[in-house]
Amino acid sequence: MDSVTIDLARAWMRAAAESMDEHAEELTRLDAAIGDGDHGSNMRRGFSAVAGKLADTDFPSVGSVLTLSGRTLISTVGGASGPLYGTVLRSAGKRLTGSTASPGELLDALRDGMEAVRGLGGAQVRDKTMVDALAPALAAYSAALEDGADLGAAVGAAARAAGEGAQATVPMTARKGRASYLGERSRGHQDPGAASTALLFAALASVVGAPDVR
Amino acid sequence: MKKFLNSPDTVIDDALAGIAAAHPGLAVDTRQRIITRARPTRPGRVALVSGGGSGHEPLHGGFVGTGMLDAACPGEVFTSPVPDQVLAAATAVDSGAGVVLVVKNYTGDVMNFEMAAELAEEEGVRTATVLVDDDVAVRDSTFTAGRRGTGATLFVEKIAGALAEQGGDLQAVADIGRRVNAASRSFAVALTACTTPASGRPGFDLADDEIEVGIGIHGEPGRSREKLLPARDLADLTVRTVLEDLPLSSEDPAIVMLNGMGGTPLLELYLLFGEVAARLSERGVTIARSLVGNYVTSLDMAGASLTVCRADDRMLELWDAPVSTPALRWGL
Repeated sequence: MDSVTIDLARAWMRAAAESMDEHAEELTRLDAAIGDGDHGSNMRRGFSAVAGKLADTDFPSVGSVLTLSGRTLISTVGGASGPLYGTVLRSAGKRLTGSTASPGELLDALRDGMEAVRGLGGAQVRDKTMVDALAPALAAYSAALEDGADLGAAVGAAARAAGEGAQATVPMTARKGRASYLGERSRGHQDPGAASTALLFAALASVVGAPDVR
Repeated sequence: MKKFLNSPDTVIDDALAGIAAAHPGLAVDTRQRIITRARPTRPGRVALVSGGGSGHEPLHGGFVGTGMLDAACPGEVFTSPVPDQVLAAATAVDSGAGVVLVVKNYTGDVMNFEMAAELAEEEGVRTATVLVDDDVAVRDSTFTAGRRGTGATLFVEKIAGALAEQGGDLQAVADIGRRVNAASRSFAVALTACTTPASGRPGFDLADDEIEVGIGIHGEPGRSREKLLPARDLADLTVRTVLEDLPLSSEDPAIVMLNGMGGTPLLELYLLFGEVAARLSERGVTIARSLVGNYVTSLDMAGASLTVCRADDRMLELWDAPVSTPALRWGL
C-alpha cells in the first residue's frame, strides 16, 4: 500500500470507533486517577457518532473524511477532548484535498493537526497531554519515511512510538488540563489523552496492515 | 453503586425531562439540551448564558429565571457542553443587546465556549465572556490550567443577572461579573469522593478518618489528604486559606456562601457555617450577606466549600435585587 485513499481514511475512523469502544473502560479508569473519570465514555460517544456519519456520507476527498470526523467530535464530545481531537482531524483534513494522499502528504497533514492542537491547548512536549503521544508518533513516521519505509511500515513505527510516548507520560507531572490541578500527585499515572491518541495511531496501523502492531 | 437511573447513558436526557416537568417557568429543549426562561428576552435587555458539565445541580439550570440566567447548557456529567449547545442558547435568548457568557475556568469549558462565541459572532450575536476562577486550592497557576471556577459562579450569575435585569448594557454586565469574580475566593474540603453514573465507582478512596483538602467540583482529588478534624478546626483551615488570598477589612461587606457538595446534610452545613462565621468574625470580617445550602455540588460528594466575596455597596444592592429561579428566590 503506497497511498491513503478515501476508503482507507473511512476505515481508519471506523477502526478508531471500534477501538475507543473496546478501550472505553480503560481510558475512563486512567482518567479517574488524575481527572474526572469520563474520557472513555466521551471518546466512545464521539467516535460512535463519527461512525454513524461515515456510513451515510459520500466523500469527495481523503481530507473530507477527517474534517467531517473532526466536526462531529466537536459537536458530540464536549470537554477538552472534543475540541482538541476535533481540531487535530479538521486541521489535518484541510490539506488532503485529493482522492488519494501520499505518505508524505499525510505527514504534513498530521503535522498541521498537531500544530493546531498545540495552538488551541498550549501544550508543550512533556506537559503530560496527547501531544506526548502525537509528537513522537510523527517524529517516528517522518524518520521511517526518510529511511525509505512504505506507508505500512511508517505508520507501524508511528503507532509504536505513540504507544511508547503514552507510556512515557506515567512519571510526568501534568501541566495542562484537569490533571494539572493535582501537581506532583499526577505522577505515576498515564495520561488518558496520550493513551487515546496511541489508540488512534494503532487504529491507523491496523487498517494499513502495518506489521507488529496489535 | 446505587443511584436513581434508567441507564447511565440517558442521565442527562432523563433529568432534563424532570426539570421540564417540575418548572413550568422554564423552557427545556431536550433535543438541543438547553434550558431557557419560558418567556422571551425583553427587547434591548442583555442576556446571560452559562453552562458546564452536569452533576453540579442546581448550577446552572436551577439559576435560570428572572434576575439571573436566561439560559443554561448542561453538558454530560462533568463534561462541558459542546459549542452547538452554547450557540443555540445564545441565539435563542439574544434580544439584540448581546449575550454575556459565564464560563468556569476549565480547559474544556473555555475551549467550547470560545468556539461558540466565534460562531455566535458570525451569526451576528454580540458576546462578552466572564471567566470564573475563584478556587484558591490551585497553586502555581502559571504551570497549570489555572484556578478553577467554583462557588463564585453563583455570585457572578446573581449579581450580573440583576444588572442585566435592570437594563445594564453588555459591557457593564460583563464588567460587574468580572469584578465579582476578581473579588471572590473559594476553598473546599471533601469527606467522601463522588461517584459518576458512567464510572459507577468513587473517584478516589478515603479511609473513615481521612479527608481530601482543596478539592474541585468534579470528583478530582484535591491538593492533600489529611486526618479528619473537628468542624471548628476545618472551619479555621478553610477561612484561613481563603483570607490569605483575599484580605478583607472590617469596612468591606462580605458575601459568604457555605456550599454543600451534594452529600452533606444541611444540619452539618449549618453547624459548619456557625464555626465559619465565628472564625470570620474573629478575623474582623463583616458578613453582610450569607447563603447556606447545596448550590454548586459534585454529585453525591460529602463535603463543603466556602466562598467569600469582598463586595461593595453596588454589588450588595444587586445581590438583594429580586430573583426568581428554581434554586434561588427572594425579593419578589
